[in-house]
Amino acid sequence: MKQLQVDPIECDGHGLCAELFPEWIELDDWGYPIINTLPIPTSLEGHARRAIKECPKLALRLTSLRRPA
Amino acid sequence: MSAAEQRSAAEAPVGVARLLAGVRADGRPVSAHEHLRLYGLLQPPGPELISQLQSSGLRGRGGGAFPAGDKLAAVAAQHRRPVIVVNATEGEPASSKDRALLRLVPHLVLDGAAAVASALGARKVIVAVAEGRAAGERSVLTAALKERRERLDWQIASITDGFVAGEETALINTLNGKAGKPSVKPPYPFERGVGGAPTLVQNAETLAHVALIARFGSRWFRSLGTEAEPGTALVTVSGVVARPGVYEIELGMRVSELLLQAGGATEPLSASLVGGYFGGWTRDPNHRLTAAAGLGAGVVVAFPANACGVRESARVTRFLADESAGQCGPCVHGLAALASGLEQVAHAQGRDQRDRLERWASQVTARGACRHPDGVSRFVLSTLEAFEDEFTLHLRKGRCSGRDRIVLPTGRAGR
Repeated sequence: MKQLQVDPIECDGHGLCAELFPEWIELDDWGYPIINTLPIPTSLEGHARRAIKECPKLALRLTSLRRPA
Repeated sequence: MSAAEQRSAAEAPVGVARLLAGVRADGRPVSAHEHLRLYGLLQPPGPELISQLQSSGLRGRGGGAFPAGDKLAAVAAQHRRPVIVVNATEGEPASSKDRALLRLVPHLVLDGAAAVASALGARKVIVAVAEGRAAGERSVLTAALKERRERLDWQIASITDGFVAGEETALINTLNGKAGKPSVKPPYPFERGVGGAPTLVQNAETLAHVALIARFGSRWFRSLGTEAEPGTALVTVSGVVARPGVYEIELGMRVSELLLQAGGATEPLSASLVGGYFGGWTRDPNHRLTAAAGLGAGVVVAFPANACGVRESARVTRFLADESAGQCGPCVHGLAALASGLEQVAHAQGRDQRDRLERWASQVTARGACRHPDGVSRFVLSTLEAFEDEFTLHLRKGRCSGRDRIVLPTGRAGR
């Protein structure tokens, strides 16, 4: 299972991702993405990949769920 | 109990004063000679120190409360020669326990650093202190390092003062010659830290405990504290108490007991701030001091009833917003909005902001490269809850019964 993550330092809050993948991403009051941390169902992975590709800062990525240390 | 553990058990400190057992009455640093007489010689431990720390239950005392043994294990699993960083930057304005340790019992901290270096096969140990706040500690440290016998490459690094500068990745970035701001993880410091080497960043107090666990064992360590959080901890007590200062407590102690130890409150209290500016307010004198209950890096501030919790919290939130490294949108915008919202309530401008403040506080959590926004969020949410009545008064009358009185330090001019 994969998780969608944003690099908060890279992200400039363009907000394109929330338009392309509204099932998983909403914007906060300042236009920065709040991303659902649940594993993405395979059926929605295409939307996730499109959001990743279109992000002007290339700040999004899919990661395998890993344990934080 | 192993033979070595039995041999040294006779010299183990009895009672709650473990780290501070040897502190001199005149406040001068304990010399290497005095240190050896009190605690005995530290045999350089092997990799078994890792499992010993794991069974001791020691958690990091810098605020994160991460299990110390697991942190060592993560570094060891990299199978490359690591670097040890002693984190004594102590950016929390209301905390002074790490500087007190370095000033009073430097060899205890250095023993702990030498012990983890031995266990992990490290040669380089960097002691990181805050530039402006630790001038005195630096000279004590330099003198103490001259007394050390280990063949280690000891270095002292001065880190620019700042609330976020001591965050692990920010610290490593500074040591690598970059701006002292946090990075996105992974890579974690245990994977790639100073000079690209696996790096163990450990708080100064944590290492002082390691020095004693390596001598006297994990069972001795567990003889105080709670099952989940064994041992003692240093707490900086300030606010309206008769004897503010650094105290060593058994984990699980009640706030009221600690305040009594500090000479008692000198006036009626409305609340105590536990855990510093990443912590929260409590009105319960029976609140237990544990990391799980928000002890953080060990800060307790006794807050007087005639001061205004709303104004003071607004002032601290502004300080914390200004201390953001300025890299992540939710932190930059969210913390500034939280500070402005609290200031408006404190100065009776505008409408009830509590719903917005709650929403913003919950929105910024877990959305920065580091945990700075999470800590501020916790502080603001706790303020809204603890000073609910004062908020209502501010909204209705423009003020509460509290006077405009500065209690919480920010390290800025004047306070």
